[in-house]
Amino acid sequence: MSRSDVLVDADWAEAHINDPGVVIVEVDEDTSAYDKGHIPSAIKLDWKKDLQDPVRRDFVDKTGFEALLSGRGVSNDDTVLLYGGNNNWFAAYAYWYFRLYGHDKVLLLDGGRKKWELDSRELSTDVPERPRTSYTASEQDASLRALRDEVLAAIGQRNLVDVRSPDEYTGRLLAPAHLPQEQAQRGGHIPTARNVPWSKAANEDGTFRSDDELRTLYQSEAGLDFGKDTIAYCRIGERSAHTWFVLHELLDQPNVKNYDGSWTEYGSLVGVPIELGDGR
Amino acid sequence: MSADGCGAPAGGVSVSAATGDQAVVEGRVVHEGAPVVTGYARLLGTGDEFVAEVPLGEDGGFRFFAAPGSWTVRVLAPGGLRAERVVEADFGQVTKVDVTL
Repeated sequence: MSRSDVLVDADWAEAHINDPGVVIVEVDEDTSAYDKGHIPSAIKLDWKKDLQDPVRRDFVDKTGFEALLSGRGVSNDDTVLLYGGNNNWFAAYAYWYFRLYGHDKVLLLDGGRKKWELDSRELSTDVPERPRTSYTASEQDASLRALRDEVLAAIGQRNLVDVRSPDEYTGRLLAPAHLPQEQAQRGGHIPTARNVPWSKAANEDGTFRSDDELRTLYQSEAGLDFGKDTIAYCRIGERSAHTWFVLHELLDQPNVKNYDGSWTEYGSLVGVPIELGDGR
Repeated sequence: MSADGCGAPAGGVSVSAATGDQAVVEGRVVHEGAPVVTGYARLLGTGDEFVAEVPLGEDGGFRFFAAPGSWTVRVLAPGGLRAERVVEADFGQVTKVDVTL
């Protein structure tokens, strides 16, 4: 796996808008962006309504994923090109999710919706009709997802990467600064976690930094030991999916997991250790 | 709205969702007298450290929920348009910053 296998630019996307083997998918939490205009031929996935279990805190199971993609007209043979707002957070989350359920032909659009908009490329309000398919998902690949007990056992043993902003990491803020600050959880971070904000992996236009810059960021500056396994987390698991994409897909690190429970779970657990401040 | 997700709605979360102890930074972006509806506002901390970003709303608006202190708001829009403003935020205050590109 390398950058060219998983990441494409806007020119590539434009050239494949009418490619019958490519399904372009916009993924957002707030899908009103799609409704106002999207890359021509793109369908949408709603991060919450489509990808999360409506009752339990978990994402849709294998059967639910199969029903979702079948209904949206995505087949197992299609190449799925994902993009979205928020610097591709939710698109990266969906990418991780496609990988979890065994869909290998999946790509991320570098820069996502933001670069597409800043470049003044065409947006369409036409919603494509795709004939129903019969999609079959694999069992969830547990090697890509960390649950809380594994995270607790990883303290001081593996690389833990907290990809939230420095103010969330230190406990000064409990949510990103574009959201009201919540009170239910304790602030801080998992002990021994290094803070490498997701934003350091991205340029201002939302594209990913070069592989050399990314290696310098995680190894030289943050001090991650690439010889160890790694777990990334944030607040709910989408920003850390962005970092999972960088470490696992762009930098080809073999054992990287996303902890999608992240701080909204860990910061509410009774009796677990929490570290405040800079952490080192 | 509840903060179930981490996404940044266009224009920022409605201020009515905020309790009185939030440190709000908000404003509007205009270009040649009209609101800029396609663009992004970024909130930067000390040393230009990225903190948050929202797409501009239909009125060119943006809103952040910061912490007390000094912040930089940087606006990006198509055509290479950009601008920066330095603002001070504090709990219980709504700091207004309007940006002309």
